[in-house]
Amino acid sequence: MDEALRILGQYQGEARVLAGGQSLVPMMNFRLATPVAIVDLNRVAGLSEISDADGVVRIGAMARQRQIEFAPLIAEKLPLLGAAMRWIGHLPTRTRGTIGGSIAHADPAAEIPMVLQTLAGEVVVRGPQGERRIGASDLFLSPLTTSLAAEEIITEVRFPAMPPEACYAIEEFARRKGDFAIAAIAVMLLRDGERCTMARLATAGIGPVTVRLRDAEVILEERGLSEASITAAADKAAELVEPMSDQHGSADFRRHLTGVLTRRAVQKAIRERAHAGSG
Amino acid sequence: MPEAVDIRLTVNGKAREGRCEPRKLLVDFLREDLGLTGTHAGCEHGVCGACTIFFDGEAARSCIMFAVQANGVELVTVEGLANGEKLHPLQQAFHEHHALQCGFCTPGMLIAALDFLKVNPDPTEDEIREGISAVLCRCTGYVNIVKAVKAGAEVMRRLTP
Repeated sequence: MDEALRILGQYQGEARVLAGGQSLVPMMNFRLATPVAIVDLNRVAGLSEISDADGVVRIGAMARQRQIEFAPLIAEKLPLLGAAMRWIGHLPTRTRGTIGGSIAHADPAAEIPMVLQTLAGEVVVRGPQGERRIGASDLFLSPLTTSLAAEEIITEVRFPAMPPEACYAIEEFARRKGDFAIAAIAVMLLRDGERCTMARLATAGIGPVTVRLRDAEVILEERGLSEASITAAADKAAELVEPMSDQHGSADFRRHLTGVLTRRAVQKAIRERAHAGSG
Repeated sequence: MPEAVDIRLTVNGKAREGRCEPRKLLVDFLREDLGLTGTHAGCEHGVCGACTIFFDGEAARSCIMFAVQANGVELVTVEGLANGEKLHPLQQAFHEHHALQCGFCTPGMLIAALDFLKVNPDPTEDEIREGISAVLCRCTGYVNIVKAVKAGAEVMRRLTP
């Protein structure tokens, strides 16, 4: 890792870090990215461990999406992250794609940054000045841009373990399975009957970066999980986002989808937990 | 121009070696340097899946990896599926169900389907459709590919109880 950091520093922002390569190499094939040098983290040992201690799950930055998808520890402690994997590309791209690479790439439509926001995770970053940690809310600045410096590398991703009783769901709209999300919503809830003691909502694909929808979360926490309350939260979510317009969908369409997907995600989270509880 | 580097790897059970620039894509190395043209370069940006190969036992896109990354790795390409003249059960099923027309996607389709059947040996039709969505076919409309994967999976389950 020290060698990787040293080489990256030498090139003063002209080199790129290669993780799974599922975004960087397509960009290079199109000559949209023309780095002077590549620093391949695949040769750095010890970057793909998954472990947990004291309520925090630590995932090495080079852990493959496929590895995370099938890891029993993730199914137990971070089922929302596990569920997100099945929305990312296809099995052969998840073979190579990594958690750290997806976060550093910061595609507005990517699911892993959305889950990082939902669960208020953080990344551990190493650079010439040593190690620092960046929380999800301070990480994503604009499409394909994070607050990482050019000579820094993400080494680990940390998530607070989800409470075992948490309800969670992802709802996504895309033209075909495996395509980039035109809009997606992730939710985690803690409930006590009709009451909601904690709500988390975050977006992907809608605006330039993934955002938490705090004002919509507050509606669920204050008014509970009645149909009326879920509708109010979904309406608020649609109001809060700053949707993009492109060939896949207009800003108005994305705003509409935000409301629809928020409602569906909350309802799905409640329904599936109810089944799990009775089963 | 960076110097060429040596690459030693195992392809379809045989030790192979070659020498190329670090920027060379794995799919081009397989086709041009090792003469294994069964792996097809389609979209060359990881979308169509025609270049899918087994990389240390798991399917991956060879058009968005560099050849140097395969140093020391075990690859299986479509050439490694049949046993001499005897087709792999999934290849046989593709043949019997007419699961190809032009055949361009077939190498990737076979590898991606085999990989997915390792994870899920007895899939429903919907699961097969999701599994093969990793590879694009522009001819068949997928109906016969789905039939072939289902039939091939049955044979494979009988062979490996």
